[in-house]
Amino acid sequence: MTEISLPESLRDVEPVRSVRTPAQLDYEFTAGDATTRFLRGITQKKIIGQQANEHSRVYVPPRGADPELGAATPLEVEVAQVGTVVSFCVVNLQFYGSVMEIPYTSALILLDGADLAIMHLIQEIPAHEVRIGMRVEAVWRDDEDIEPTLESIKWFRPNGEPDDPDVRIPGEKRGTGLGSWPGGVAPTELVVRNPRTGEGGTAEFGGEG
Amino acid sequence: MTEPQDPGDILRAPLIIEYPFKRTTGPVIGAFLTGLREQVLVGSKALDGRVIVPPAEFDPVTGDDLTELVEVGPEGTVSTWAWVTAPHAKHPLDEPFAWALIVPDGADTPMLGAVKAPGMDAVAAGTKVRPVWAEEREGRIEDIAHWEVVA
Repeated sequence: MTEISLPESLRDVEPVRSVRTPAQLDYEFTAGDATTRFLRGITQKKIIGQQANEHSRVYVPPRGADPELGAATPLEVEVAQVGTVVSFCVVNLQFYGSVMEIPYTSALILLDGADLAIMHLIQEIPAHEVRIGMRVEAVWRDDEDIEPTLESIKWFRPNGEPDDPDVRIPGEKRGTGLGSWPGGVAPTELVVRNPRTGEGGTAEFGGEG
Repeated sequence: MTEPQDPGDILRAPLIIEYPFKRTTGPVIGAFLTGLREQVLVGSKALDGRVIVPPAEFDPVTGDDLTELVEVGPEGTVSTWAWVTAPHAKHPLDEPFAWALIVPDGADTPMLGAVKAPGMDAVAAGTKVRPVWAEEREGRIEDIAHWEVVA
């Protein structure tokens, strides 16, 4: 390394080697209509999704629209509090802001009756035993601690049911990880196509169901 | 169908996103920050003899390594400034003040600083200022709490 010549006054002091430069962004988050309905459901220990019509996908948590149909989702549907692990990640590193004891598992959980997986923690099982297809159930906070936040569900834990062998794995040819197709039928080219531009809808994506 | 929701019932909450960056400084910026902790301003001497503050690691003209660090200031001269009438929470002063480019004595380039002054009329290009050091210093730019006008 290049030798630096210091002014006299700094030659015998401990040099600074690093500096903390935190960046903090303060927002006021407005939940919007759909998320507010979802979070009010949580305060009653209900998990409520939305769908555009009785045959279309159930989105949990809902965002107020079905991005596939380009339609609003005015129907509310309560989904089950049990579901299937469709993907997971074992966290082995402690990071800033985390209060979890490592290792722990974060998973995408497809609740029964939902077509979109939610992300949550898996606990009450060693991290290395978590697997795709595992059946899990929600574990709620004590009633007096329930608030309009998804953290009111402390975590999910194995519910003892046998694994689901048909779980759709994200990235597989026929699936998008969104879960069971409406009515158990894979989307046709028509459904997958962008309704505004008419683009999209390849045979590979819509392929064998 | 869902019933319409009263807009006043829509949930809101503070959302604070924080990135806890920690940067290594290298020997040049490290020396500058060490200087702040020790109440000394440090610049680097460019190949053409100019003194750059805060110190540059490379010569701005030739790109050569700059290795000679020298003490400057601590007093300096305002070269240009902007008056802040309504400081916000993250500003260094909670009263109206001037953001100024200040050329420390012995330096050839200006550095940014907040100048505390009784009013806009007390600051001008050419005003002499000096740093007011923070009581607790740990080697960061906030070690200069602000600058004040030399009476």
